[in-house]
Amino acid sequence: MKTLVWVEHDGKAVKDATLAVVTAAAKLGEVHLLVAGSGVDGVAKEAAAIAGVGKVHVADNAAFGHNLPENIAPLVAELMASHDAFLAPATTTGKNIAPRVAALLDVMQISEILSVEGPKTFTRPIYAGNAIATVESSDAKLVLTVRGTAFEKAATSGGSGTVEAVSAGGDAGISSFVGAEIAKSERPELTSAKIIVSGGRALGSSEKYEEVIVPLADKLGAALGASRAAVDAGYVPNDYQVGQTGKIVAPQVYFAIGISGAIQHLAGMKDSKTIVAINKDEDAPIFQVADFGLVADLFNAVPELTQRLGD
Amino acid sequence: MKILVPVKRVLDYNVKPRVKADGTGVDLANVKMSMNPFDEIGVEEAIRLKEKGVATEIVAVSVGPAKAQETLRTALAMGADRAILVQTDDAVEPLAIAKILKGIADAEQPGLVILGKQAIDDDNNQTGQMLAALTGWAQGTFASAVNVEGDSVNVTREVDGGLETVKLKLPAIVTTDLRLNEPRYASLPNIMKAKSKPLDTKTPTDYGVDTAPRVKVVKVSEPAARSAGMKVADVDELVAKLKAMGVHS
Repeated sequence: MKTLVWVEHDGKAVKDATLAVVTAAAKLGEVHLLVAGSGVDGVAKEAAAIAGVGKVHVADNAAFGHNLPENIAPLVAELMASHDAFLAPATTTGKNIAPRVAALLDVMQISEILSVEGPKTFTRPIYAGNAIATVESSDAKLVLTVRGTAFEKAATSGGSGTVEAVSAGGDAGISSFVGAEIAKSERPELTSAKIIVSGGRALGSSEKYEEVIVPLADKLGAALGASRAAVDAGYVPNDYQVGQTGKIVAPQVYFAIGISGAIQHLAGMKDSKTIVAINKDEDAPIFQVADFGLVADLFNAVPELTQRLGD
Repeated sequence: MKILVPVKRVLDYNVKPRVKADGTGVDLANVKMSMNPFDEIGVEEAIRLKEKGVATEIVAVSVGPAKAQETLRTALAMGADRAILVQTDDAVEPLAIAKILKGIADAEQPGLVILGKQAIDDDNNQTGQMLAALTGWAQGTFASAVNVEGDSVNVTREVDGGLETVKLKLPAIVTTDLRLNEPRYASLPNIMKAKSKPLDTKTPTDYGVDTAPRVKVVKVSEPAARSAGMKVADVDELVAKLKAMGVHS
């Protein structure tokens, strides 16, 4: 089977989410990559070095600069004439593009796969991860999105892919990029961080989030997260949200602070290696999944923890 | 401008899903069913656009069993003007739903179609994007703001790194994210009024769509359970545990 993996990048470097997709694709067969963007020579070179990669198709065109699905999907559909499966990470950008490709190919997409069980058989979460479905496609070609935390990341070196320019595609003329507010931060990204410190509604305000959660994250070099309740209450921006409708994470250590543990939140972090919960309500559902639970007032316990971890 | 709002009847978001013992799916017998929450946000957004004078008519659509009429009546009670039920007892996949919606879009010629970004049962997150592909229209997925200006719409999208705004030529497809708006509750008088609003019933074959599934569900199982660990007595004990794992500054 020949697979085509859409490479997610920021114009400068390959995003980590791509590496897990390469691992999933390798379970199906030969791995080809598509790097689409504007001025992406560097990204293509980096992509070609990913372990196990064959051909790297490079579509360098201003029309692909902002990942507009109206422009990218027809390009992918054209390349799929010579591939059997298209895979993209289950990130917001991957989710935006893949179903548009699937419909152009008249294929029913399988979303957010957790494992490859056979050439056309996969597992995927349904009902916010409350059930796992094993599904088998009967379509001639496959279109899949891949949950990044469910697969190991492919090595970023050792590969010897051959780079090939693609001239197909262009601007469909129905959409354009206006602007973005992307948070710039020296912190690790939520979806690839080794340690995450998340705060919930019990914090009560954005000031308290800054005062209590941020110093602990700073001390541990951790990424910052939040529950939906904290995001809805405006304590932190939307891209902090961990949960079924936010980001799915699986760090080495996840700190849930003042988070009760609604099912939607658990769906986003329950694959973390170690979960630490701090909450003053000893009946909070978060304690049912926590490896280490501390029943305490977070406003006392967290600053103490921050200080003691530096001792 | 007319707005089309597809809505799905799903297990109520407050009900904990239970996997059936025979592994064929999730038990939906005698449980509360409601409108998919993301679709509710779509209905609300359409109503707000009508209140602003941008939209003139809101058509709610559902593909599902006879009981999906209740979901459509909810949309009508919130403020949609009329409804179309494409009735079928089959479980219809997003690709087939998108094809049916394409048929309805051809007939109704809406300026916008506003869908939920995903249904909270199958979590596919596909239908809007697929409909956009089939119509050849632009798509603004995961919307947190929708502003119609002349013959285009600016959609602010919730993306992994923050927010992104795209400008789409109308007609266009929008899918809703959580923070687009807070849906209103239907008032009792409006619930009564909704009973007399027009509701057409169609079938998938009216739109020439074959709803046979492309993806077979082999089995549905419970996720691996995560067992509770231990409670630590105080910060000292927690610090000791964390340091033993190599977690410190």
